[in-house]
Amino acid sequence: MSNAPSELTNLTIAQALKGLENKDFTSKELTQAHIDSVEAHDKLNAFVTKTPELALQQADASDKRRASGDAKPLDGIPLAIKDLYCTKGVRTTASSHILENFVPTYESTVSQNLFDDGIVMLGKTSLDEFAMGSSNMTSYFGNVINPWRSTSAPDIELTPGGSSGGSASAVAARMAMGATGTDTGGSIRQPASFCGISGIKPTYGRCSRWGVIAFASSLDQAGPMARTVEDCALMLTSMAGHDPKDSTSADIKVPDFSAALTGDIRGLKVGIPKEYRMDGTPAEIDALWDQGIEWLKESGAEIVDVSLPHTKYALPTYYIIAPAEASSNLARYDGVRYGLRIEGDNLIETYENTRAEGFGDEVKRRIMIGTYVLSAGYYDAYYVKAQRVRRLIAQDFENAYKQCDVILTPTAPSEAFALGQEEEDPIKMYLNDVFTVSVNLAGLPGLSLPTGLSANGLPLGLQIIGKSWDEETVLRVGGVLEKAANFVAMPDSSILKAA
Amino acid sequence: MAQTVQGETGVWEMVIGLEVHAQITAKSKLFSGAATQFGAEPNSQVSLVDAAMPGMLPVINEYCVEQSVRTGLGLNAQINNFSVFERKNYFYPDLPQGYQISQFEHPIVGKGEIEVDLPDGSVKVIGITRLHMEQDAGKSMHDQHPTKSYVDLNRSGCALMEIVSEPDIRGADEATAYINKLRMILRYLGTCDGNMDEGSMRADVNLSMRRPGEEMGTRCEIKNVNSVKAVQQAIAYEADRQVEILENGGEIVQETRLWDPVKNETRSMRSKEEAHDYRYFPDPDLLPLEIANDWIEDIRKTLPELPDEKKHRFIEDYKLSAYDAGVLIAEHARAHYFETVTKGRDTKLAANWVINELLGRLNKDNTPLESSPVSAEHLGELVGLIEDKTISGRIAKDVFDIMIESGKDPATIVEEQGLKQVTDTGAIEGIIDEVLAENADKVEQYKAGKDKLFGFFVGQVMKKSQGKANPAAVNELLKTKLS
Repeated sequence: MSNAPSELTNLTIAQALKGLENKDFTSKELTQAHIDSVEAHDKLNAFVTKTPELALQQADASDKRRASGDAKPLDGIPLAIKDLYCTKGVRTTASSHILENFVPTYESTVSQNLFDDGIVMLGKTSLDEFAMGSSNMTSYFGNVINPWRSTSAPDIELTPGGSSGGSASAVAARMAMGATGTDTGGSIRQPASFCGISGIKPTYGRCSRWGVIAFASSLDQAGPMARTVEDCALMLTSMAGHDPKDSTSADIKVPDFSAALTGDIRGLKVGIPKEYRMDGTPAEIDALWDQGIEWLKESGAEIVDVSLPHTKYALPTYYIIAPAEASSNLARYDGVRYGLRIEGDNLIETYENTRAEGFGDEVKRRIMIGTYVLSAGYYDAYYVKAQRVRRLIAQDFENAYKQCDVILTPTAPSEAFALGQEEEDPIKMYLNDVFTVSVNLAGLPGLSLPTGLSANGLPLGLQIIGKSWDEETVLRVGGVLEKAANFVAMPDSSILKAA
Repeated sequence: MAQTVQGETGVWEMVIGLEVHAQITAKSKLFSGAATQFGAEPNSQVSLVDAAMPGMLPVINEYCVEQSVRTGLGLNAQINNFSVFERKNYFYPDLPQGYQISQFEHPIVGKGEIEVDLPDGSVKVIGITRLHMEQDAGKSMHDQHPTKSYVDLNRSGCALMEIVSEPDIRGADEATAYINKLRMILRYLGTCDGNMDEGSMRADVNLSMRRPGEEMGTRCEIKNVNSVKAVQQAIAYEADRQVEILENGGEIVQETRLWDPVKNETRSMRSKEEAHDYRYFPDPDLLPLEIANDWIEDIRKTLPELPDEKKHRFIEDYKLSAYDAGVLIAEHARAHYFETVTKGRDTKLAANWVINELLGRLNKDNTPLESSPVSAEHLGELVGLIEDKTISGRIAKDVFDIMIESGKDPATIVEEQGLKQVTDTGAIEGIIDEVLAENADKVEQYKAGKDKLFGFFVGQVMKKSQGKANPAAVNELLKTKLS
């Protein structure tokens, strides 16, 4: 096999692991090809911080391990890490001005798990500030650009989605073989859908939150983003696991998720929730969904109509609970101990100056919403009620799972939109999460994978939602759907050509 | 014995509830592994969690939960099988997270009660409303720099129990008795060292005034009351302040007031309108605390004998007065000391020696019992020497003085100094004969009816024996010789 850089960057993780094992190439070569791709795609602005020197060192160490027969499960695979994961000695910003120069002295549990399994880190990918957004436009370091272009308007730059937009763009543009994401309301699945890659939000508690900068603690969950379902399974096996440092992390054995991809879903019951047929959803998305149903049926699955009656309350519920938790989680950024500090004449002024300058508009908006819904006199009407509805939403899924094993829905209500298009209307932006937030509220696993293109030639994804702790079935169905869809489209060639 | 205030227009009654913050005795903090030792270098006992670094998460310290349950049991209180940690949100530089993790709607301990001993000897029951666990804040230091404040986070995250009383307290004496009793119980349990100087116990006072028998009035909360003396002074000041307002037709404004120990006054800190909105909500980083009954029962089995039980046992078993028993059980170590001294010996004599001689002396020397130069075993031996008449009570005091200075055991001292009491009648008779021979004139006078001279003879014999003669034997023999 010739080792042209573009061939190395087009490999999946599974293929690359075989290539490394067969000594077709070294991790150093594989890593260098990706470093070159990162440089070539600089204008996509996917990275806040690039770490090529560190990557080459790690690749070198990996090659030595492999040479001495000590290769780890993901040894030598170059990945990108979302800049919400604290990385020891490497700047971690949450794409916020307030943490612009923050260098942690500690490594998040999930990134440590990946390093323990031999990965190479290419750098830290951009995100919506503190993971608050669905477009990557709230990043202090400028928006990330989606490597895909619409065939009808090829000059217009598109959003990669968010909040894990940097990770999605990097994986789609072949800068990284995979990347970590985090998902609070859809932040792995929606950008995966917009960029034509796969991503899974595991069951809440499957991955440790320790060292991942908190947005909304009861919803945040780490997960992998990659170009195939199998690659997601390989990464998740490494990332997941009980962590005594996170009280909400579950002490449940982690299976080899890639072993779940048997391709056999005969007799499996797939639920189709009628409430997800929403007014205003583009017809091509409903068509994509119907096609997905058809493929699963052809693969031997049984299709069942299910009802998730509280779906319409999911967005408002989410936009009470997530900001409430965020308003409290972000109180620690006060300029006293680390991060940005803009001195004032007194303590209150220093707080005000620091936080006014340190946080962007969307973060401020959510802090204010969150503060409001927790205030005396409003707490019962908003926060308490939202928690009650959250339980009803979880109950909906429990009831549905009496009839089916997994649920199939679209991932997002649209294709990737133009950068800046939705910026003026936060409510419209929030609607991006309409198919994904319920999954977070119920703590369930959800996978997005690309199954088709829109009329504009842009990727569209379908979502498979599973039972708690049943990522294996989700991945198995994902594998079957992936095979049936045979999604081989590539991002805009003029952009990739630059590599 | 409700304490009342005589105003111009009549009698007013105080209604007081206390919130006591007690630092839980534990090696590490409530949600981190950092150490809790008092007096360490500033910011030397701070974990990433205590400093609220990004992405850090709290993990409950099980031992602190156990200590809280133990305290709840010691306060005869309901232990809740289900409790929830919530976030109390406010900004301050010594509060790194921007919120304090506390318990609000669902505390770990519910209603209980303790008996307090009042100065007139009566006993009053004071209700406990609840006990909840929470994190302590750090310490702001405003005197280290002309224009800046410094923050020491060593205390940040230390485990506290907030113990809230019912408004059952009717004056400074009762408040004092309550705090003392609470402190005693916590120290017995080993759940808080009760050291108010080091801030391990702090109190907030809620006080309102009413006409006896009427509904409760509007209360003020007084913060920063950090000694028993301050509690007494703050109550006295605040009661007078409120009465003056009420008698002049004014209304009490519900507010938080600060006790100023220098000016001896309370002053307004913030009104109800300015009160913080703490925006409590369940901490999503922590699961609700679920406690099994079996575990509670296991802890109950490890409870020590508590002060009241011990007091009753001392009165019953050792036939001590309520006062003496009260003094002896005031500290767990003291009671233990006494029980070692009195083992197999006369209990009243032992109590007398522990209370009057030992504690009196230690108190004068400002020495805590733990550093007493006289061990309980040695003091017990000394009591034994008195009991078996080896030495007299008077000689024993001399021996005790030497024990305090040298730390030696009493038998050795008696031996070395030749202080053994002379009970040998032959030896005493010899001395008596000498004394009578030397004072033949007085013997004549005595025999002529001057009875008072008997005492003189006793004194002379004792002097000649250097105090070692057994006084009873001297009396008896003298009477025979002079008859």
